[in-house]
Amino acid sequence: MNLIKKFKAPLLLVLVYLALAIWWPDISGRSNKVAFDYLREMILIIPPVFVLMGLLEVWVPKEQIKKLIGAGSGLKGFFFSFLMGTLPTGPLYVAFPMAGTLLQKGAKVSNIVIFLGAWAAIKIPQLLVEAEFLGLPFTALRFTLTLTAVIIIGLVLEKFIKPEDIPQ
Amino acid sequence: MTTIIVIYGLLAICLVWSLLKSLQKTIQSFKVAARALWKMAPGLLAIVGVVGLILGVLPPETITKLVGEEAGFLATATAAVLGAVTLIPALISFPLAASLLRTGATVTTIAAFITTLVMVGFVTAPMEIKALGKKFTLLRNSLSFVAALIIAGLMGVILR
Repeated sequence: MNLIKKFKAPLLLVLVYLALAIWWPDISGRSNKVAFDYLREMILIIPPVFVLMGLLEVWVPKEQIKKLIGAGSGLKGFFFSFLMGTLPTGPLYVAFPMAGTLLQKGAKVSNIVIFLGAWAAIKIPQLLVEAEFLGLPFTALRFTLTLTAVIIIGLVLEKFIKPEDIPQ
Repeated sequence: MTTIIVIYGLLAICLVWSLLKSLQKTIQSFKVAARALWKMAPGLLAIVGVVGLILGVLPPETITKLVGEEAGFLATATAAVLGAVTLIPALISFPLAASLLRTGATVTTIAAFITTLVMVGFVTAPMEIKALGKKFTLLRNSLSFVAALIIAGLMGVILR
């Protein structure tokens, strides 16, 4: 019973997919394909990322995270968060649990926003594809403006997010 | 493919290091991972389902029709909203954006689409809330949406 409650959203979606298969076969065909591709990607990417997160949680002490990207880490904390984000490590939803662990371990809010922003918008392989399709001026300008925006958003969130806003 | 190699390479290095240092702590790491994965599983599965539904109802051709031929603020706003609610892998979204440009969409519209696509996650918000809290998620996403519109506007002016 608890299991059904826990998985109610995915179960509901299965019902929607069944309904689509009966009444809207063309939408159903496209949806099935996209969902299947996504599921395959997740099955490949999610387990290693969670194990990495577990290793981080068990091995890296709070003080070290604090020193590296916590309060008072300054410019070094910024660059480190940015670099961690730009590693080619998959879609953004993978980064949330990682960011949560880092925050609980004492990372600065602004550095987490920069980490997420870099992860989402400033990935190196992704930039190469972007430059190929949309041109270097577009890519360079978007990169610069996005980085600026992410830094500003990080500073704003730093002001508003208190430790008690973070789930434990 | 690079992603897979990087993640598994990183994992292999860290695991070997961890196993050499302590078997017990390595097992503990796996337990932590399993617990976190179990907690996140419903959210992850829901993302798969919702992304499939959205892209089933709104295939690239429909997106092209919605924002491709129209210009002006409405097209840009539509593109920004589409970018915020959909979750398209970068390898698909950039060719899509390039084809939108060819069909007559403006640079502003394309920039709005790409920027909200990468920075704002409507579908992933429940997961973000679970990991980082409601306030963090709401603030980050709403500020990113506004920033995306400003970035789009600036890019339209500069790259004219």
